[in-house]
Amino acid sequence: MSLTEQDVRYVAELAHLELTPEEIRKFLPQLDSILQYMQKLNALDTSQVEPMAQVTYPAAENPSLRSDQTQKGFAQDEALRNAPESGDGCFKVPRVIEKE
Amino acid sequence: MNLASLTIGKIRDLLTRKQVSAQELLGAHLQHIEERDKDVRAFLSLCPERALEQAQGIDARLAAGEPLPPLGGVPVAVKDVILTRGVRTTCASKILENYVAPYDATAVTRLESAGACILGKTNCDEFAMGSSTENSAYVATRNPHDLTRVPGGSSGGSAAAVAASFSTAALGSDTGGSIRQPAAFCGVVGLIGTYGRVSRFGLVAFASSLDHIGPLGRSVRDVARVLQVIAGRDPMDSTSANVPVPDYEAALDESVRGMKVGMPEEYFAGLSPEIGGNIQKGVRLLEQLGCTIVPINLPHTEYAIACYYIIATAEASSNLARYDGVRYGFRSSRYADLRDMYEKTRDGGFGAEVKRRIMLGTYVLSSGYYDAYYLKAQKVRNLIMRDFQEAFDEVDVIVTPTSPIPAFRIGERVDDPLQMYLADIYTVTADLAGIPGISVPCGNTPGHPALPVGMQLLAKHFDEARLLQVAHAFERAGGFQTN
Repeated sequence: MSLTEQDVRYVAELAHLELTPEEIRKFLPQLDSILQYMQKLNALDTSQVEPMAQVTYPAAENPSLRSDQTQKGFAQDEALRNAPESGDGCFKVPRVIEKE
Repeated sequence: MNLASLTIGKIRDLLTRKQVSAQELLGAHLQHIEERDKDVRAFLSLCPERALEQAQGIDARLAAGEPLPPLGGVPVAVKDVILTRGVRTTCASKILENYVAPYDATAVTRLESAGACILGKTNCDEFAMGSSTENSAYVATRNPHDLTRVPGGSSGGSAAAVAASFSTAALGSDTGGSIRQPAAFCGVVGLIGTYGRVSRFGLVAFASSLDHIGPLGRSVRDVARVLQVIAGRDPMDSTSANVPVPDYEAALDESVRGMKVGMPEEYFAGLSPEIGGNIQKGVRLLEQLGCTIVPINLPHTEYAIACYYIIATAEASSNLARYDGVRYGFRSSRYADLRDMYEKTRDGGFGAEVKRRIMLGTYVLSSGYYDAYYLKAQKVRNLIMRDFQEAFDEVDVIVTPTSPIPAFRIGERVDDPLQMYLADIYTVTADLAGIPGISVPCGNTPGHPALPVGMQLLAKHFDEARLLQVAHAFERAGGFQTN
């Protein structure tokens, strides 16, 4: 096993996930075996290969650009309707700026 | 006559001859769901009022002597990762348990414009991550052919809905096989178009360079009819291709004589007899139809699973960053500050498989590992696509099994994620290469209960018409469907 519990905690922190100690114990061997498996790609020489982000096709120039006209968007109340907490037309979050 | 198991063609026939109304047809489906879905659990929610309004509109048009639109009165189920305005859309995740979509996906808009009646939202693996629909935060859907088995996944609810005759057709999503594999497990037809063929506006993003929306149905012709409606350029999705949509039904009945069908050695090696026997019979049937079977090689196949799970999890970790308890969805009730709120919300809102994939994706994108995993996988993806490009210089379509295994028992594989991933071997390649694919029923396993086996056909970019043509000829010759 090359992945450590510390690695798992570090990655969870990057991903904004607060994993329980049981989750960390459960995930460690699973993530380790999957990552080991993924290393099989190293058997391939890809020094002469371009990376491919997605499939693209030959198309007319700027095929995805539309004319610059205003279009109907979401009303504020519609955009806020699914918010766990909102007020004054804004999404509300815990205080991030300290009071003087 | 059982109104719940008709093809689109028969529905059109009955409606236009006024032998049945769209409302009666809808009622029969809703009643069937009411009676049977407590066993199958294909649906997470139903929207009968919305379907009724649509059915009434269809009946009014017919009464006024207007022509029936292409999918007029056809009951359709929609996977719960596809947005439906005013209807709860959960992605089978707790983190979106109360999310009511503020707009319709383009595919849904197009279905309804073509007259389809949306019955409800189908269960799936959470955020479409899984191959069995067991990763749903709500319920495990059961395979209508054997209720102790999974329907496949992630579009398991959509495949089960079609197989159980709850709906005539369904929309699924496919990122690594999530339409084709459940179609195979449930004995129905499932298709993904070329990357960009169908708009993904309103599809909740999992892995954006791989995600597709596609149809499932009881026959190839039905799938062609649904594809016809949902395919095509959408200004709301910049990745939707500006390529004309041909008439898919027009070519369906053309002979496949002389068609070159590639049989990739890598997809047939080590196949279990229960799957292999059926697929071999399927290949012989294609031969009897006049196709020439050409042995081919797709040499990078063995790297596809590793490549796919690096790219898919990397994109997922990025796409799922938006679930932070601020703009929509679940928010943890106890937290100390903003950061704590994010972490507790995400830990409490996501299930185990989603967390595993976010962790994997974050790892392969993290400093020091990006080149070794993510960049490497993007290069290997190119090699996999080149394999297909070279193959399609020689052959018209490629035939493979859809899945190396038939539907397995609920709970049998949940504890071993890597084993679950490895079973996606025959489907991930089409998503990586962006090519279209279809799974068609190809017989049943010999055991008891007999479980459906799916055969996959693949074609080059934007050659869906050929795919449908071969699949249709195969289906008819094999007696797998009559319509």
